[in-house]
Amino acid sequence: MYRYDQYDQAIVDARVAEFKEQVGRRMRNEITEDQFKPLRLMNGLYLQLHAYMLRVAIPYGTLSGTQMRMLAHIARKYDRDYGHFTTRQNIQYNWIKLEQFADLLDDLSKVEMHAFQTSGNCIRNISSDQFAGAAADELADPRPYAELLRQWSTLHPEFSFLPRKFKIAVIASDTDRAAIQLHDIGLQLIKNEAGDLGFRVYVGGGMGRTPVIGSIVREFIPVGQFLSYSEAILRVYNRYGRRDNIYKARIKILVNELGIAEFTRQVEAEWALLEPLGLDAPQAEYARIIAQFPEPAYDLAAPDTLDLSDPDFAVWVKQNVHAHKQPGYAIATISLKPKGGIPGDASSAQMDLIADLAEKYAQDEIRVTHSQNLVLAHVRKADLYALWSALAEADLATPNLDLVSDIIACPGMDYCTLANARSIPIAQKIAAKFEDLETQRDIGELKIKVSGCINGCGHHHAGHIGILGVDKKGEESYQLLLGGSGAEDTSLAKILGPGFDENGIVDAVDKLVAFYRTVRTGPSERFLDTYRRLGAAPFKEAVYA
Amino acid sequence: MPRILTGNRLETGDVLWWNGSDWSRHIRDAVAIGEEGEALVAELVAAERINDPVLIEVEAVADGWLPKTTRERVRAIGPSVRPDFALPSLTVDVI
Amino acid sequence: MLDNQDQQAVGAAVPPPLSDAPAPLRFRTDTPDDGPIAPLADFLANSNFAAVRLDPADDARALVPHLGRLKLIEVAFPKFRDGRGYSAARILREAGFKGEIRAAGDVLVDQIGFMRRVGFDSFAPAKPLDPTVVKLTLERYPYVYMKAADGKQPVWALRHG
Repeated sequence: MYRYDQYDQAIVDARVAEFKEQVGRRMRNEITEDQFKPLRLMNGLYLQLHAYMLRVAIPYGTLSGTQMRMLAHIARKYDRDYGHFTTRQNIQYNWIKLEQFADLLDDLSKVEMHAFQTSGNCIRNISSDQFAGAAADELADPRPYAELLRQWSTLHPEFSFLPRKFKIAVIASDTDRAAIQLHDIGLQLIKNEAGDLGFRVYVGGGMGRTPVIGSIVREFIPVGQFLSYSEAILRVYNRYGRRDNIYKARIKILVNELGIAEFTRQVEAEWALLEPLGLDAPQAEYARIIAQFPEPAYDLAAPDTLDLSDPDFAVWVKQNVHAHKQPGYAIATISLKPKGGIPGDASSAQMDLIADLAEKYAQDEIRVTHSQNLVLAHVRKADLYALWSALAEADLATPNLDLVSDIIACPGMDYCTLANARSIPIAQKIAAKFEDLETQRDIGELKIKVSGCINGCGHHHAGHIGILGVDKKGEESYQLLLGGSGAEDTSLAKILGPGFDENGIVDAVDKLVAFYRTVRTGPSERFLDTYRRLGAAPFKEAVYA
Repeated sequence: MPRILTGNRLETGDVLWWNGSDWSRHIRDAVAIGEEGEALVAELVAAERINDPVLIEVEAVADGWLPKTTRERVRAIGPSVRPDFALPSLTVDVI
Repeated sequence: MLDNQDQQAVGAAVPPPLSDAPAPLRFRTDTPDDGPIAPLADFLANSNFAAVRLDPADDARALVPHLGRLKLIEVAFPKFRDGRGYSAARILREAGFKGEIRAAGDVLVDQIGFMRRVGFDSFAPAKPLDPTVVKLTLERYPYVYMKAADGKQPVWALRHG
């Protein structure tokens, strides 16, 4: 894991001091709320329905046991004893007080954490693959490059007042676990024909009001120049992105209006001017950062076998454990979607336990996934049973990864000022409908994603089944979308028909699943595959007829 | 429909309701506001101590008020999915 | 309409009025230019001006052929959240402009650190800035992560000497 040096720490400390001073000026009415708002947002602090909400950055979703323990401490000391892991691989707290915020930032900075640029019209926290460093199909660990991006984008003087927010994701395998084609910039580490490392650069993807799949702006940019190339993209966007209408302000609209060919031409012209200015970090800096993501000290004698005689354990292994590139090791996913729970929520006690388990069994590393679960990426197979037993005692071993009850839901109108409808109760009701795990496993992989408004934090456009909450004359109403995917086969879900009320949408999902089970070719054909094979019409009939 | 005045406290973010002379955490303490409401909001905006002050429509119910929109009912009570946090004026069932 | 997440469009904000007075906050030792400031279109049409105003939608690169005869380029910030002026200033410095680049309008103390980094060296804020806070702000960060137009070495240069 990346560790701060004196420079990183000094910058974080200065930022904390700066924000304390800004809060002081706001408290003394020396600045208005309109002037203060972007300052607090750039420090991750929103005013939501009930209180301030804080979004803490977890760069590329990776954190240590010590850091997780601090997140638990913050939940206990400054919040109501829980936190909410988000689709941006971050954590949010819902009950923060502005008057305690400076102390909270001090606590975070003690473990090399902060909340910079987790909101505002700037470059947001960089996201990546939750299996980085452990997946057999990756070219290299993508996280050093995400860290280079983190540093390059932190307090960037030119790009802190962009037309709109800006999200970047980095992966290093053909399997896309970070939805890179649905980001403002998506970077895939590849090798060219000469065997050199570089990135395929996607631009202009995104969900929200106008969902778009990203276009390739460059097939190959050498790793040594990807920062200056990103700078060129951002500059074109900062200069020409629309500022007259917030719904048309994301880079995807600019790319669409110019066309990818003209957009590419402008980026290349800008890059030709920027590249000679020496903006890219030197090789020595790459080497320094890469060295901080070493291969774990594997136990080469670790047995590559598992005792699956406990049937409950066997079910969990089948559903929540993935193959690791190192024999004798496995990747374990901790479900934050227990029966009756709130997707992504964890109590301070659960966070403390996960910190302990990560230190004991998983090389002191935890990852947050964009599906609002947690991953322990390097677990000896010999330790899996002990790990599972400890997780199960804390309700953290629900074997439902990628199943119908592993639902992504944004906070929705239970917490969020932007929401038009509640999301969490919908997720809970759907999960309750398919309570029986046997049934869930029979249904197989089915990704349901619920957003409480058009901004799409619940990624409804990338759901096999997407649900979008809308306001219908003051009442909560829900649209039903089908056929989305945020994986390497990215597709955008489309609206199936008229909307439903709360109970209606749950029944509709029930009907869709029942129909799918009658028409699928076999257990290996996923819901999404069946939908792609048959098209929307028969599903529509099943729901609305 | 009666209107009441709400906002969030700058220092804490707490949801507040205007009781005629001061702010309360509880919607049941709110008073109905007449024509003077708009001027009151303008004053609060200028004073910069209460964030997002706004007049909302409510229905009179036993021992208090029930906001017209779901959003404001959630603000008055707490998240519908956390009945353990519900403020005492109303219960999550009415959300 | 409440704007809880600070997303109001800034595109239609009105630029500050033109003024020929010297900037109240200046980080240069040369004598301020006291000639009139021309809007970009007027400047491009008339070669006598030595000072020009760039509004947010103006293309800073239109000035590149004329930098030699310019003493002052004023970049307007009708609304502080409109960030186009940051790119304008940095583009002008990258093109070698050594004269005064002034930020005028909705210029707030919390942004002037970034503005100094992209090449602004004078400020004409619509509302005066508190000099104590200005000093504090500009001395805040001991290090920076990336190059800009102020010649500061990024931390990667310090790390690897």
